[in-house]
Amino acid sequence: MAVGQVTFTKADREKLAELLWLLNWISVLTGAMLFALGVFLKIEIQKWQEVMSDQEILHVPHMLMTTGVAACGINFLGGKICLDCADTNKFLRWKLVMIPYVVCTFFFTFCILVGALMCYSVSTQLEESLFLGLRNAMRFYKDTDTPGRCFLKTSLDLLQIHFHCCGNSGHQDWFKVQWVSNRYLDLSSSAVLDRLRSNVGGHFLMDSVPFSCCSTFSPRPCIQQQVSNSSAHFHYDKRSQLMNLWGRGCRQALLDHYTAIMTSIGVTVLLIWLFELLVLTGIRYLQTAMENVLRLGDEHLESHGWILEKSFAETARLNLNIMKNLGKCYQTEERQQDHNINTHGAGSVTRQH
Amino acid sequence: MLLKMKFNQQRRVRLAQGLWLLSWLAVMCGAFIFCLGVFLKIELLRRNEVMDNTEIHVVPNILMMVGLASIGTNWAATRVCQDSLDASRFPRWKVLLLAWFAVAAMLCCLLISVVVLSYALQGRLEESLKIGLRNGIRFYKDTDVPGRCFQKETIDHLQMEFRCCGNNNFRDWFEVQWVSGRYLDFTSKDVKDRIRSNVDGRYLLDGVPFSCCNPASPRPCLQNHLTDNTAHYNYDFQSEELNLYSRGCRQALIDYYMGLMNSTGPGVLSVILIQMSVLLSLRYLQTAVEGAMALEDPEGDSEGYLLQKGVKETLEDVKANVLTMLKFTQVDPTTDGESPEAADA
Repeated sequence: MAVGQVTFTKADREKLAELLWLLNWISVLTGAMLFALGVFLKIEIQKWQEVMSDQEILHVPHMLMTTGVAACGINFLGGKICLDCADTNKFLRWKLVMIPYVVCTFFFTFCILVGALMCYSVSTQLEESLFLGLRNAMRFYKDTDTPGRCFLKTSLDLLQIHFHCCGNSGHQDWFKVQWVSNRYLDLSSSAVLDRLRSNVGGHFLMDSVPFSCCSTFSPRPCIQQQVSNSSAHFHYDKRSQLMNLWGRGCRQALLDHYTAIMTSIGVTVLLIWLFELLVLTGIRYLQTAMENVLRLGDEHLESHGWILEKSFAETARLNLNIMKNLGKCYQTEERQQDHNINTHGAGSVTRQH
Repeated sequence: MLLKMKFNQQRRVRLAQGLWLLSWLAVMCGAFIFCLGVFLKIELLRRNEVMDNTEIHVVPNILMMVGLASIGTNWAATRVCQDSLDASRFPRWKVLLLAWFAVAAMLCCLLISVVVLSYALQGRLEESLKIGLRNGIRFYKDTDVPGRCFQKETIDHLQMEFRCCGNNNFRDWFEVQWVSGRYLDFTSKDVKDRIRSNVDGRYLLDGVPFSCCNPASPRPCLQNHLTDNTAHYNYDFQSEELNLYSRGCRQALIDYYMGLMNSTGPGVLSVILIQMSVLLSLRYLQTAVEGAMALEDPEGDSEGYLLQKGVKETLEDVKANVLTMLKFTQVDPTTDGESPEAADA
């Protein structure tokens, strides 16, 4: 018994062909949309890629862009095929291509699903990448004279201003890093030397933060030095401390930003996947219906269309047998060589014990 | 006749069809002008707090009005085109067409005036921004006064977004007390010295808020003691360029708004051209169709023109018409004098 068998009259086949032609053209547009989504995601990631330690997240937009281009190509071809499929004479042209085309479309639809799932699964890797990237960016904040790192200060400042965040997990991360370059430190001053000697690494550490951590919503002018010392500033209570700087860490801010983008992209890609699945099913029905009509000989007769000729179990068994038989050919040859069975007549020695 | 052209039936039909398409294009252009007006208005309203008056709002207001009127006018033109080839339906538009021409000419004049105004009002915009920014900087510290509590946030966001500092430059912050008295320790010697150092008793310092800091500077931002070279290591006040934003916010905002209005200039000019061509084409269509309807053979050749007489004669005719209209409204003095005498007698 075939899976999903439906009977098609000649009029049904023609209508199905026209509908599929239209759906294929809509799929070309959705393929272009998929490509555009990939490009948008790539641009968004590249905006802040200096604070990411590895570029593996770029696999997601690349996957989306390739499947988008493939969608445009495959569905453009599908549009042409479906237009010809209404007529049995024209269908003969495409007969040999149909099965490979359906298989290709199936794999391509599977790739769209993989692309959608990748959007949701990349979050832990992104967090790890952001953690390492931000830690390095904060370490190299002061190196504005080192080639390759001279723009990290600008990038990190703009990041903190734009996303309203400070540091990796919070503003205390700046206390552990020397973010003032030695070029701007008076190394002859005793205060500076004391600070440098006060820690193992010989870094100039202080409980201060850069200006980009300042919150614009604070009612008082920003306090950047001696941030955690409430007696160092007049009327600097707990509430002032909370409102003074941005409370969120930049890792969390960027993670939220990218997760939001990729969730919405993932939903759109899933919808496109469902649409492509629909188109694939339609093409399969049209292909089987047209082949059956050709087998019957008269195009005015009704024909059956299906998804699989036999049931799932039988088709699977058939394919497995085909693969097993492929293997069996090699196996019998080996047995002949090993046991020296006397099939070739005189001249061969038979072992008789 | 001014600029007359011969029209046979086929040319009239083609003119009507072409004008129908052009009128729909003009409807889209009207919608575009309306959206442009809305966009400009929103951009001006966003920075409303640093502007002292709303005189510049006349530009987007006129654009919005003209956009809506243009949509209606050009839609009417499409209806006229559809009816123009039907002899039974065209005469009802006769009276309306005169009004239509007047409205279309007025719309073109208004659009030209918008382009002129956007250049002419630049001085008023600058004045308005100067006063608005000065007030914003003065009230920066008043985050506890109702009505002014968001000035700090507005000015900080403005300086960071437009990469500017102060009104003319960062020195404007030296003349204003921008640290509120609530956060000053009045028992400290330093604070008392500063307050006594000027006539008004304000806490003035040679420092700027953090929003003036330039992220592109290679060294961490220096905000305090800016004029004192000894206060910071390896610091020269005269040659330090990248530490703060060098541009004043007034100049930054003027550049931004003038840039916006300049980039919309070509769009507005092309809309004016399209409207003028709709006006002229509709006049030709009207005169050609009316000429054809007056003939015995309605499908024969007719003439289309812009004005029946020359420009001078048409103007004199219009003047004479206007004077007769005024005479009718004025009471005739001789008849008025006679009737009371007749009544007395």
